[in-house]
Amino acid sequence: MYKEICEKYTPEKDNLLYILHDIQDHHPQHYIPEEAVQVVAEYLNIPTNHIYGVLTFYTMYSTKPRGKNIIRLCESPPCYIKGSTNILRKLKMLLGVNTGETTKDGMFTLELCACLGVCGNAPVMMINEDVYGDLTEEKVEEIIDKIRRGNQ
Amino acid sequence: MSLKRIDLLICCGSGCISAGSLKVKERFQEVLADKGISSEVNIIETGCMGPCDYGPVLVIYPEGVFYKSVKPEDVEEIVTEHFLKGRPVQRLMLREEERLVSSQKEVPFYRKQVKVALANCGFINPESMEEYIATGGYEALGTVLTTMNPQQVIDVVKASGLRGRGGGGFPTHIKWQLVHDVESDEKYIICNGDEGDPGAFMDRSVLEGDPHRVIEGMMIGAYAIGATKGFFYIRAEYPLAIKRIRNAIKQAKEAGLMGENIFGSNFSFEAEVRTGAGAFVCGEETALIQSIQGERGNPTPKPPYPAVKGLWNKPTVVNNVETFANIPTIFLRGAEWFASMGTETSKGTKVFALTGDVNNTGLVEVPMGITLRELIFDVGGGMANGHEFKAVQLGGPSGGCLTREHLDVPVDYETLKERGAMMGSGGVIVMNDQKCMVNVAKFFIGFCVDESCGKCSPCRIGLKHMYNILDRITRGEGKEGDLEELQHLGETISRLSLCGLGQTAPNPVLSTIRYFREEYESHIRDHSCQTKVCTDLFHFMIDKNRCIGCSLCARKCPVSCISGSRDEKYTISQTECIKCGNCQDVCPVKAIDRIPGMHPDVLKQLQEKQNISIEE
Amino acid sequence: MKTLADLKKIREKAQEEMKLRDGKVRIKIVVGMGTSGIAMGAREVMKTFLEEISNRNLTDVLVTQTGEKGLSSMEPVVDVIEEGKPKVTYGNMTPEKARRVVVEHIVNGRVVSDYVVATGD
Repeated sequence: MYKEICEKYTPEKDNLLYILHDIQDHHPQHYIPEEAVQVVAEYLNIPTNHIYGVLTFYTMYSTKPRGKNIIRLCESPPCYIKGSTNILRKLKMLLGVNTGETTKDGMFTLELCACLGVCGNAPVMMINEDVYGDLTEEKVEEIIDKIRRGNQ
Repeated sequence: MSLKRIDLLICCGSGCISAGSLKVKERFQEVLADKGISSEVNIIETGCMGPCDYGPVLVIYPEGVFYKSVKPEDVEEIVTEHFLKGRPVQRLMLREEERLVSSQKEVPFYRKQVKVALANCGFINPESMEEYIATGGYEALGTVLTTMNPQQVIDVVKASGLRGRGGGGFPTHIKWQLVHDVESDEKYIICNGDEGDPGAFMDRSVLEGDPHRVIEGMMIGAYAIGATKGFFYIRAEYPLAIKRIRNAIKQAKEAGLMGENIFGSNFSFEAEVRTGAGAFVCGEETALIQSIQGERGNPTPKPPYPAVKGLWNKPTVVNNVETFANIPTIFLRGAEWFASMGTETSKGTKVFALTGDVNNTGLVEVPMGITLRELIFDVGGGMANGHEFKAVQLGGPSGGCLTREHLDVPVDYETLKERGAMMGSGGVIVMNDQKCMVNVAKFFIGFCVDESCGKCSPCRIGLKHMYNILDRITRGEGKEGDLEELQHLGETISRLSLCGLGQTAPNPVLSTIRYFREEYESHIRDHSCQTKVCTDLFHFMIDKNRCIGCSLCARKCPVSCISGSRDEKYTISQTECIKCGNCQDVCPVKAIDRIPGMHPDVLKQLQEKQNISIEE
Repeated sequence: MKTLADLKKIREKAQEEMKLRDGKVRIKIVVGMGTSGIAMGAREVMKTFLEEISNRNLTDVLVTQTGEKGLSSMEPVVDVIEEGKPKVTYGNMTPEKARRVVVEHIVNGRVVSDYVVATGD
C-alpha cells in the first residue's frame, strides 16, 4: 500500500511532504507508521533519519496512531481572547482525554494547532477538513454529539 | 414538484414561542390534515419577525397578510375563511401602522474601504475563470506581454511604490530588479501563502475568493524577472484555498493563459501548488524554500538572499499573496492611481483583519495612513459588548501592542515601527479593558516558543527564558529586576536571532512593558492582577451581606474549601482554593466576587515558602 | 486564447452571462462560501436555497457562490441580486432564515429587513 502511494509521485525529495500527507490521509489511524517511513526512504533514496527529521518538525504529521476524527482546536491569540480555554476545557471533559490523546473508542483525537485563519469567527476548531466557528460550550457539545451519532 | 400554493410563516422567535406560537403551529397541522389540504400549505418556522408585542405573529403568502396574537382557537377560522375561501380574517390582521418598522441595520463597514486586492472577493464565483475575466481579468497580463519589456514592468511597479504585504514591507520592485539583473539558466517565483500570523486571514480569503488574480499577479512578476516556473506554497490548514488555486491553475492552462507562448509572446510559464504541514516558521522565505525542497523548514542565514541563491540555489522571488493580488490592478489603472493612495512611504491600500473584541470582525481594505481610530471605531464598528478599548496588537506575534494614546496614529510601515509595533501581514487584534497585558504577552511568547524551529539558540533558549520569567510574574512570584531582565533578553534575542521570527518575537513583551509598565509592576509588587485574569493574582470572596447560606457553593466546590452554615453564612478557605470559579457560577444570588490581588493568607504562605527556599 | 482580442471576446460573453436580463435569470442568490462562511454554516444555507428553489420550481432564480466579503462577524452572508434593484446583503443566515428569504423576498418581492446587513454595492 505505501509503495503504491509513493509511486503516484516522481522519486524526488521535494515530493516528501506530499507523500507523507498522502500516507497519513490514507491510513485508517491517520498516522505514519515505521514501515511506511522505510518504504518512503527506499523509494526516494534518502536516509530514514532525514524523514524522521521532517516528520517531527511539522505539527500536522503524527508518528502515533490517532482517532477517526481529528479535532484541532486553534490556540492562537484571537481565539484565546475570545475564550478558547473554555472550549478546550469543555472538549477535554466531553471526550475524557487530554490534548494529544485519543478516546478509548478510537473516535476522536484532541489536538491544539496554530492559527486556522478563521479569526473573524474565533474561537474555532477544525475536525478533519471542516472548520467550525464562533464556538460556545453548547455548540461544541452539539457538534461532538452529531459526529458520534453519525458514526454509529 | 410540490403543489404548495400557500406559505404559512410562523414566527418562532422567543417572544412568539412564549406567547404560544408552537401550539398554534400544531393546531394548524391538525386542522390542515382535517380539511385534507396539508399538501397545499407549506408551514415554515421563522426567526423573530420583529413585532414581538403582537405575538404569536404569522404571515401568509402569496398575499403577505400579517396576523397578530393568533391563538389555537383562531386557527380553524383562518384555514376555512382564508385558505379555503380566500377571505383574510380581518379581526386578526396586523395593520401596517402597528408594525414595528425595524430600522435598516446598515453597516458602516464599507464606507471607508477601497478595494484593490479584495476587489472581487465576495463578488465573483471563484471557481469560474470567466467571471474573473468579466471583471477585466488577465487583461493586464495580456497588455504586459504584448506591449512591454520586463524592465518597463519593473519600472511600473517601482512607480506604484508597492511594498511587500506579508510583513517586512520590502519594496517589491527591488526584489524583482535583483532577480531580473542576475544571469541564470533558471529562475523561480514563489507565492507565499503560508499565512501563519495569528489573527491574519486575508491571504486565505484572496486565494479562496479570487484565485485567478493571484495567478495573474504572479505571471506578471515571472515575466518581469525572467522566471518560467512558479510555486504556490500554501499552508495545509487551508484546504479550500489549495483546492481553488489548483482549480484556477487548471482552468488557466486549458484556456492557454498558462503554458507555452502566452498571448502569442515568447513568455512561457507553468505553476504548481506545494503545501506545508503545519509550521509557522515556514512563512519566513528561506524556511519556505527549504520546505518546498522537502526539508525541515529551518531558515538559512541571509545573505545569500533568495534573489541570488533561492530555490534549488537558483535566483528566486518570494512574494506574498496580497502583494501579487495588487499587481493586475496596478497595470490596469496605472501606477499613478495606486501611488495616489496612502502616505509618502506607504502607497496604496492594505487589507487588515479585524479580530478580537470589536463589533465587526472581518477583513477590510483601506488606504494606508488611515488612523487606528477610524479602523477600529468606524470600519470596525467600535468595541463589542460596551467594553472600553484597552490595546491593539498589530502584526501578530511579531508585532507590538499600541494603546489608546496611539489611536490617532496613521497606520503605515514606518509610523508603526517607530511606536514599537509593525504592519506585519495586517492582523489587528483588538482588546478590551478585561484583558491582562502581562497574560497576553506571556501568551504571545508561548506561541513563539512553540513555533521556534530550534536552529539558533537566542530564539530557542532565550524565548523560553522570557516565558519562564513571565510565567513567574503571572503566578505572583515576580521580583524586582524582572522587567529589566526581560528587556535585556528581548533586545539580545532581537539582535542575534537568525530569522525574522526570532528577531521580532520579543516585540509583544517589549511593547507591553513600554506602554503598560504599571500593570507589570502591579503584578510584581502588589501581587495583583487588576483585570482578574491571572488566576493566582485574584481571589474569590463571599459577601456575607448578600449570601443567603444556601450551601450550593460549598457542595459544588471540587476541593471542599468552602464552609459555613445558614446562620453564619459561608467562607472560602483561601489557601486551599484552586480558583475554578464553580462557586461563582452556581451562586443563585451572585454573592461571590472576584477581588484583584492575592489574598493575604496565600501571600503569607507563598512568602514563607520563598524564605525557606532562600535559606536552603 | 492567443491574443487580447480573444480575451476581449470571452470577457464580453462572460459579462453578458453575468447580467440578469433576457428573462432567463430574474434573481441571483449568491452565497459566500469562503472558509469563514462554511465554518458558520454556509453549506447548509446553500443547500436550503437550492432545495427551496427546486421545490418551488423557480426556474428563473440562480443560486451561486462567491468567496468571502470580509464580514466575518455576519457570516454566513448571502447576496440577493435583481436587475434594476440595489443588491441586498443578508447576514447571519441560517436554513430557517433562508426559507423565509425565499418566501418573502424571492417569491413575493418583499425584502426581509430583519436580516439585512447592507444594501447596494
